[in-house]
Formats: sequence, structure tokens, C-alpha cells
Amino acid sequence: MGAPFDAARLREEFPILHQTVRGRPLVYLDNAATTQKPRAVIDALVAYYERDNANIHRGVHLLSQRATDAFEKARGKVARFLGAAETREIVFTRGTTEAINLVAQSFGRAHVGPGDEIVITALEHHSNIVPWQMLCEEKGARLRVAPIDDDGAVLADELVGLLGPRTKLLSIAHVSNALGSVLPVRELCAAARARGVPVLVDGAQAVAHAPVDVQALGCDFYAFSGHKLYGPTGVGALWARGALLDAMPPWQGGGDMIANVTFEKTTYNVVPHKFEAGTPDIAGVIGLGAAIDWFVRVGIDAIAAHEHALLAYATEALRGIPGVRLIGTAREKASVLSFVMEGVHPHDIGTVLDQEGVAIRTGHHCAQPVMERFGVPATARASLAAYNTRDDVDALVKAIHRVREFFA
Amino acid sequence: MSDLRELYQSTILDHNKKPRNFRVLEHPTHHADGYNPLCGDKVSVYLEVDGGVIRDVSFQGSGCAISTASASMMTETVKGMAIAEADAIFHRFHDVVTGEIDAEPSDEDLDALGKLAVFAGVREYPARVKCATLVWHALRAALAGGAAPVSTE
Repeated sequence: MGAPFDAARLREEFPILHQTVRGRPLVYLDNAATTQKPRAVIDALVAYYERDNANIHRGVHLLSQRATDAFEKARGKVARFLGAAETREIVFTRGTTEAINLVAQSFGRAHVGPGDEIVITALEHHSNIVPWQMLCEEKGARLRVAPIDDDGAVLADELVGLLGPRTKLLSIAHVSNALGSVLPVRELCAAARARGVPVLVDGAQAVAHAPVDVQALGCDFYAFSGHKLYGPTGVGALWARGALLDAMPPWQGGGDMIANVTFEKTTYNVVPHKFEAGTPDIAGVIGLGAAIDWFVRVGIDAIAAHEHALLAYATEALRGIPGVRLIGTAREKASVLSFVMEGVHPHDIGTVLDQEGVAIRTGHHCAQPVMERFGVPATARASLAAYNTRDDVDALVKAIHRVREFFA
Repeated sequence: MSDLRELYQSTILDHNKKPRNFRVLEHPTHHADGYNPLCGDKVSVYLEVDGGVIRDVSFQGSGCAISTASASMMTETVKGMAIAEADAIFHRFHDVVTGEIDAEPSDEDLDALGKLAVFAGVREYPARVKCATLVWHALRAALAGGAAPVSTE
């Protein structure tokens, strides 16, 4: 547990928040797209490049040793953060998207054949749809989609009903990026396990908002991105059960992933290095480690409680604005407020808000099937992080009133 | 608010609220769809061309204020024009809203654009340029007779 939670004081640690945009103080509410970075993360990146920069794993010189140590130490931090049984179960990737593609290209190609099925849900981000479509197309397999209700909650019974003898994988979001819905991952994993179906959880939108324990969830793969967790862009991780990783074939060939190479035969390195071909984003990984340190130090439970209260406050406030309709009203939600306004396109909302210094996202949020499900071309999306305050929400509400006036 | 008025000129707001020629032509000689995958804007353009002249033009679709107004004003502008004339207007409009040619649009450009000059403010909002140009790309695709929908990407 960290010190008593004070979002206003926390803001002091984020240099970027202390600026004006368009002549107004920045109100950053696009955290589901990417979070801002605390000084501790920025310092870790600078310190690495100023002091330790060298390539990892092969150098005999001191800098290489220091870089390797810092890199592998970050792996341990990620492992503890997710509750992994072993540090080697953490594979570094460019982010969630690459982690899912890794599973699709390695586990998927090895296990999925003609007539097999992969089950996802109707609220998935494109990165948890397209890799499976590509795999299904290649293998003659079938993608099945579990429906969601009008609040944006997954219909768990219908999802479980889709799990059959041909199901090779269930791949689901932990938290929906477009709607904020929190999925009942633990229950779904238990149901899948009972039917012998492995589960991949896309945690991109979850890790920054609640404690994650992969053992307690009961999943088999868990993917997340560093940049949505106060860390750098370009780095993320895949956790998978060690036995699964051991059995999976490599997916990219190159340096670092090999044990021995001759023109006749190459043997592969051990897990996790088997899945980490080429020089990784060393600084990014170290920055991710620093982000996790920072996040744990501030206190995951305290952040979750703060955001939960702020989400409730913002939900009430938005509901009070005439003509505003929230898209995504599931009982269990995290961080995200997606909404539309009568007679105003989300793009126009976004531009007016930007003029007021309020940064939100507008568009389909890489979840076009979700937009179709709700019959809207796009939504405006405000999303919260640890450093957001009631003042930020008040500024959002005030700016939305401006939108109404302007397009009245 | 003054900056917003630069982008959302009153003419634009008016056309957004009351789009002109917002319908499907019964017997179009040309038709094309435009799509902006980044924001989900969709527009369909219908034309009746006779003897190289655009006799009638209409549109349908859903989009933001900029794209709706741009479509509405495009139809008003090119109705009755020869295809070559419409093409010339497209190029001038494109140059002005994208800001690709000059730092500031010339008086000559603005004069030639007439009412469409209200879109000059869009150049200050790079994220919104495609909202203004989408319908024009659809118009050109329709005139070129392409069957595939045009995309801004």
C-alpha cells in the first residue's frame, strides 16, 4: 500500500500536465489511448541512455552487463506485477497487439486446424479480432463472436454456450476500451477450463485500473501494453503459462532467439528468449519496469478506488446534461466514458473540447463492431487515470455545455 | 470561441443543420461512395450528367458538421457546371483546405471558391481536413465512373 492517495499531488509528478493548450490549462482525458508518464519513468529512460546503454545478453563489457541486468530485472517486476509463477513466463513484445499476434502465429498456427473455432466477444478491440481472422482464414477455421447486451456487458451464458469441442481458444478483453465494461474474466476462465479451452486475456485496458493476478484469474495468456500503464510506448508483455510457452514454436527468427545456428539446423533458445528475436526496446522495457515500480508505490488499490469514485462522479455529471447519451453502461466498468450527443457528431465534440483545452478521443476507438452494435458511427470518449481530479471532470462537463451552446 | 468561429463559420453551421440536396437521385448517371475509416464518416454522391454538364447532384450520408456542410455546399456549387469546371474547383478547394500550396490562401483562390471559401479555416485543423475533402473525392470518383468506394486513407 502506498501513502494516502492525493491525485492533485500526484499531478506534480507528471511534467506534461503542467502546460496550457490553446491558451487553456491542459485537461487530459484520453488515458485509454495512452497515459502520461511520471517523472520516475522519464528519468529511468534518460538514466539508461546516459549511463547504461549497450546491447544486452551477449556483451562481456560492464555497460552490457548493466543493461542486461536492468532489462532482466524489469522482467521480474512484470512477473511479480501479474502474479506469474516464474519470471521466464514473461515475454517482452512491442505491446498488446504484438503479444496477441505472437499467440495467434505461434500457439494458433500449431493448434488450430480446418473446422476448429476461436471464440471472442462483440466488444473486442481490432487487435483481438484481426489476428484471429487472419489465422482462421489461413487454417479454414471459424471465428465465433459472443454477443453483448444494450449496456455493453458480455452475455456470459451465450459465450459459454459457444465453447464446444472444436474451440481451440477463447480470447477476451479484460476491460473494453470503447465501453469500459469489465468482463467477468475469472468466471469465464473457469467455464473455459472446465471445457478444456485455453483463454487469452487482452489486458491493455485493465492493468492500469485494477490489480491483476493471472493465477487468480485462471487464464492461460495475458497481454498488456506499457504505455497505457504510465510507461513508454513501444513496449508491452505477454504472460503465458510456462508449459505452454515451452511447447509453442518460435514465431520470429533472428538473433537472441537461437541456441545454435548452422546452415543445416538451428536450435532455439529457451523461454522466454525463444520469442524475443532481435534487439528489443531495452530502454522501453526498463521504463516499463520503472512505471510498474511507480504504480505499485502509489498503490494499485488506492488508484482503483480513486478512479472508481471519479467515474461515478463523471457518470452522474454526464447523465445530467440534456442530449448526452452514454454508450456503455455496464454495471462493472473501469475508466471509460463513451458518449454521443444529439445533433452533434463526435468529431465536432472533440474539436470544441480541444479548443477548451480538454483532450478526449473521438471515433470508433478501433472497435468498429461495437459502434455498429450501438448504431452509432463513432463516439466521444473521455477516459480517466490516477492523476485526474474532479476539476478535470468539471472542465469536461463545462466544455460539453459549450458544445451544446455552439451547435444549438 | 473566436477560434471556433474561424472553423465553424455560420454558413457551415447552417448547412450542417439544413443540408441542401440531401436525397438520393432517382435516375443518377453517376454515383460513388466515400468513406473515412478514421472517423466513420460515410457519404454517397449521386449525379445526373448530360452533355458533359452536371444537371443535378445530391448526397446522403452521416458525418460531422464539416463534412456535412462541405457535401451540401459542394452540391450547390457544382450543379449546372461542366465537368471540367467542377474539376478545377475541386483542385482549388483541395489546395486551400489542405494548405499544401501556400501558407495563406491567395485572394484569387478565395474569390474563385466563392461561398466555399468559408472552409479556408479548416487548414488550421489538420485532423479535420479530410472531413472537408471526403465528398469532393467521392464526386471525382463518381465522375470517373469508379465502382469501388473511395477512402480518405
